[in-house]
Amino acid sequence: MKDKSNQSHSAEAETEALVNKNVSRRSFLKGAGLTTAGTVMVSSGVMAFDRPKPQAKKAIGPGATTINLRVNGKTRTIAVEPRTTLATALREHLQLTGTKIVCDRGSCSACTVWLDDQPVNSCLMLAVEVGDSEITTVEGLSKNGQLHPVQEAFIEHDATQCGFCTPGMVMTTAHLLRNNPDPSLEDVRHAVRGNLCRCGTHPNVFKATMAAAKKS
Amino acid sequence: MNRFSWFDATSIKEAFEQVTATVSEHIQPKGPKDAAVFKTGGVDLLDLVKEGLANPSRIVNIRNIPGLDEKSFDKKSGLRLGANVTLAEMAEDPVIRENYLALHLAVNHAATPQLRNMSTLGGNLAQRTRCWYFRSLDHECFRKGTGTCFAQDGENEFHAIMRNEDCASVHASSVATALMAFNATVEITNSKGEQKTVTMEEFFIHPSDDSRYECILKSDELITAVIVPPVSSGTKSAYIKQGARESYDWAIADVAVVAEMSGSTCKKVEIVLGAAAPIPFKSMEAIGQLKGKTINDTTAGNAARAAMEKATPLTKNGYKVDVFNAIIKRAILQLV
Ligand SMILES: Cc1cc2nc3c(=O)[nH]c(=O)nc-3n(C[C@H](O)[C@H](O)[C@H](O)COP(=O)(O)OP(=O)(O)OC[C@H]3O[C@@H](n4cnc5c(N)ncnc54)[C@H](O)[C@@H]3O)c2cc1C
Ligand code: FES
Ligand code: FES
Repeated sequence: MKDKSNQSHSAEAETEALVNKNVSRRSFLKGAGLTTAGTVMVSSGVMAFDRPKPQAKKAIGPGATTINLRVNGKTRTIAVEPRTTLATALREHLQLTGTKIVCDRGSCSACTVWLDDQPVNSCLMLAVEVGDSEITTVEGLSKNGQLHPVQEAFIEHDATQCGFCTPGMVMTTAHLLRNNPDPSLEDVRHAVRGNLCRCGTHPNVFKATMAAAKKS
Repeated sequence: MNRFSWFDATSIKEAFEQVTATVSEHIQPKGPKDAAVFKTGGVDLLDLVKEGLANPSRIVNIRNIPGLDEKSFDKKSGLRLGANVTLAEMAEDPVIRENYLALHLAVNHAATPQLRNMSTLGGNLAQRTRCWYFRSLDHECFRKGTGTCFAQDGENEFHAIMRNEDCASVHASSVATALMAFNATVEITNSKGEQKTVTMEEFFIHPSDDSRYECILKSDELITAVIVPPVSSGTKSAYIKQGARESYDWAIADVAVVAEMSGSTCKKVEIVLGAAAPIPFKSMEAIGQLKGKTINDTTAGNAARAAMEKATPLTKNGYKVDVFNAIIKRAILQLV
């Protein structure tokens, strides 16, 4: 999100012109041969409204349809039915099994991923509605083989037991630090309110997050 | 989940061309089996589909319709929230925090941060009850349109303690508790483009009046906005939600109090209880008791007791009367 604000105006103008000419962004992206997030010139910011964008086709299914998902900086093409949740698409179609499905009902946040810059429950979101938004999963947090500071702190402070809630906890606390690098303990508690841990690691999750904030 | 096709509407007109039933119409025992229904955040709809209660043949996404996610505020005309404004956007809005504190608190205590990023205001008001008998495929309960209320002498510890004679479900929206206390109205637009604005009291339907619906929406109608009237400079408000856990949970009891104060005297007041009745419940008894009074421990306690006078708790939820007594009193005292 943050890196998107410094796009060149010409790219914005170009995109807008294309959108105005009724050329879908999807086909524009394809046509332009841009496959990785690093080189994508257009972003949600240049559209008239900043919701997850519709995929090119308005009516799809009930059978499988090919969609492009931007996950962890790569565009991946998969065939999914409209009923396929984002969590299932990630785990079963893209083998990104870091994201866990526990309650499958929005009650535990184990399935937390980032949709653009926002943590959401991937078990209650359909893969077809992601559109051009960028998905970040726990697999996408490490950079150049280096774990995210929150991941390191979770190891150091023993913030994981059975581990089922851990990817969701990590995505939630990493998101907190991204927007609030110097959180209070109350900020951390508030951020992980929805993340259920039946093993009772919360105290160590708080410690780890505070420690990661100090380091970064 | 059953298989369904997907339609991504980019205008209200397009959405109406596709949709054939409200979710409430579709899930009734005699409702249309083959239905195309609206979805915004999808949080409630997908839950109903996963549970097998709803089996839509098409889902019509209205989340991308431009304009439905706009917010505006004007000291004279008040706050206008488009139906697709998310709970997260409301929770972080400084205008809401400064002018409508009870609403700010209600939204910040609703669901989880992740869910607030997904949930929309329109969907929140049109969501169905979380009563576990209603949500169970194995129970043909009263709130589904036929059958009996299993909560009356079943597992009713989270159920209604007021107006619970036919159905003891409670309405799921805790956001509505605060909105009703601010006398918010719901703007509904139909397929012909005609608009009407209804009060929150008119919007929700008590099961004794019609057990099949929780709100007045018909399939050719959409919530397009919620309008919260302006507040005077002397207005103070408070909101308290009591859940089973401190982290997050559905409300066991919640209360919103909005009062026009002159010093510590309460000139005008609205007191609304959530999770008390099958619909958000404005307590005329508590309002009558508090209006014109100086707020202190005694008057706050009297108002809380008045609110609970007509309570008819069931076998396992008598404790909710005590919880309401405590949080109503505490919320009133927060005004001074
Ligand atoms: C674990 C959990 C905890 C929760 N806790 C709380 C809580 O404490 N307090 C609270 O208030 N809520 C709570 N919620 C509710 C949640 O925040 C959502 O508001 C709600 O589930 C539906 O919102 P949505 O936008 O996802 O709607 P959807 O699921 O997309 O839609 C819900 C219904 O509304 C209809 N609809 C949607 N938009 C419109 C419109 N504009 N006009 C007409 N009909 C429309 C749909 O057809 C559907 O029937 C909780 C949910 C979960 C899963
Ligand atoms: S698996 Fe998605 S919230 Fe529990
Ligand atoms: S570590 Fe087991 S659920 Fe959290």
